[in-house]
Amino acid sequence: MNPQDYEAAASTSPTEIASFAGREQTPLQRFQHLLHQNPALVPLIVLVLSVAVFGVLLGSKFFSPFALTLILQQVQIVGIVGCAQALVIMTAGIDLSVGAIMVLSSVVMGQFTFRYGLPPEVAVACGLLCGTLCGFINGFLVAKMKLPPFIVTLGMWQIVLATNFLYSANETIRSQEIEANAPLLQFFGNKIEIGGAIFTYGVIFMVLLTLLLAYVLRQTAWGRHVYAVGDDKEAAELSGVEVDRVLISVYALAGLICAFAGWALIGRIGSVSPTSGQLTNIESITAVVIGGISLFGGRGSILGMLFGALIVGVFTLGLRLMGADAQWTYLLIGLLIIAAVTVDQWIRKVSV
Amino acid sequence: MADTIDRSGTPLVEMRDISIAFGGIKAVNHVSVDLFPGEVVGLLGHNGAGKSTLIKCLSGAYRMDAGEIFINGDKAAINNPRDARRYNIETIYQTLALADNLDAASNLFLGRELTTPVGLVDDARMEAETRQIMGRLNPNFQKFSAPVSALSGGQRQSVAIARAVYFNARILIMDEPTAALGPQETRMVADLIDELKRQGLGIFLIDHDVHQVKELCDRAAVMKNGELVGVVDVDSVSVDDILAMIIAGKKPQMAA
Repeated sequence: MNPQDYEAAASTSPTEIASFAGREQTPLQRFQHLLHQNPALVPLIVLVLSVAVFGVLLGSKFFSPFALTLILQQVQIVGIVGCAQALVIMTAGIDLSVGAIMVLSSVVMGQFTFRYGLPPEVAVACGLLCGTLCGFINGFLVAKMKLPPFIVTLGMWQIVLATNFLYSANETIRSQEIEANAPLLQFFGNKIEIGGAIFTYGVIFMVLLTLLLAYVLRQTAWGRHVYAVGDDKEAAELSGVEVDRVLISVYALAGLICAFAGWALIGRIGSVSPTSGQLTNIESITAVVIGGISLFGGRGSILGMLFGALIVGVFTLGLRLMGADAQWTYLLIGLLIIAAVTVDQWIRKVSV
Repeated sequence: MADTIDRSGTPLVEMRDISIAFGGIKAVNHVSVDLFPGEVVGLLGHNGAGKSTLIKCLSGAYRMDAGEIFINGDKAAINNPRDARRYNIETIYQTLALADNLDAASNLFLGRELTTPVGLVDDARMEAETRQIMGRLNPNFQKFSAPVSALSGGQRQSVAIARAVYFNARILIMDEPTAALGPQETRMVADLIDELKRQGLGIFLIDHDVHQVKELCDRAAVMKNGELVGVVDVDSVSVDDILAMIIAGKKPQMAA
């Protein structure tokens, strides 16, 4: 039998499969499929709706350039750390040490400048390196020692946080001191004002970082490997993906991003404080989950994480402006988290 | 089926004295098999006989504890699936090893993405190549943009086969390629094996179906409890002989 015969034989074969592809779908199934293809769509819809609802309820008090950009400023740290968290969760992992790495990095930047008198540029570089190193250790333990990410980063969280307090001796470096001697540390606190809108460099960095990562995840082989590893580690390995290297690079990059968040944190609060950012862990995971990134890995978009962070920001500011008890915010965020995971489970069934 | 395979030259693959243990269990115990160009060697045995484990040493999924692998007469170092690919060994795994949330083209090129000069993935070219090879393997395949989780069993199988065939394999490993398929699709796989064989590929075929092995293979290697019972020319033995080897671990007297 020659190849032509083979093709003739092949073309007569599985007709029932072709009909499977053309099967009629209900509108609900098509919607489900749409969400499966565009995981950032749900958080985007929720974000637009919540802005609209608070806009109607509060009028110009909420719907002003100042208030809306204030939300951006309030979520910038969570947004940046959320990028790190999103990357890790896409590999079906979780990083509980993001907040601690962020704070330690900011402390390194501050202490290296003021305790050792290093030029701020060098101190910032050391801080970034410190974050990357912490992330690398996480990645090494997860990839090479095959330890569960939850355990590794739970331990790392405690270790890094304790190191942070021991090393800094729990001392805060005051804002005025930084402003006078090392303004570079407050770089991300610089502002651009357009009309009533205020954009800090930190906010701009958050947006650019999210867009850059979204692009890299879509358009590079590395990005595709991140999704493949989160999807099915064994399959990725058998397909020739260097799973260990992908995992280590993801955790190290997450560490670096957290260090940038530490730098932005100095810009946001002005000072270097070893006790700041205690809730960043949970807030970053919240942003990722509300953003529609699957905790099972391999699915979701980093833009969704940004929308998730903004949803939390909109609820927080909106409810505060309405004079509601802050607990209402937490209650609603809790509902959103559970709703988001329910939607994720529903979308996962799309092909079954 | 077994026309005449020239076994006088250097074998394409020679696995010599392979052993691998998990914990205290010797999954593969001093097994040697070889494979010549244009030949299909069936690997038979019960579940847990060690055939998949043996073949995973060749595909790089496992690292053997002892033994040597020769490819075209040269000693080969295969420590991971990427090494195996460098020797033009491609594998269709029983589990298919597909990333469910990626589409067919992304899966076909996973780990070997086509990129533009600046290093970005070239989706257009990958999809075009995928359409071309799928047109040859499974002309009815249409769902190029859907994640492979949305495909039927047969469609997923054809993606896995396309991935193995696309990159000019010299040695092909098929681990129960027809287990999940209907009769027509099974026929397609059989035809494909014939075509590839004619192109001079060597194929290791793991299968449970003795009749199918007798039809598709030139030789059959039977394993039991991690050991090689024997290698026989399928045309010189009966189905019952092969079954006896699988069940009783008994090698027929007249076999080569």
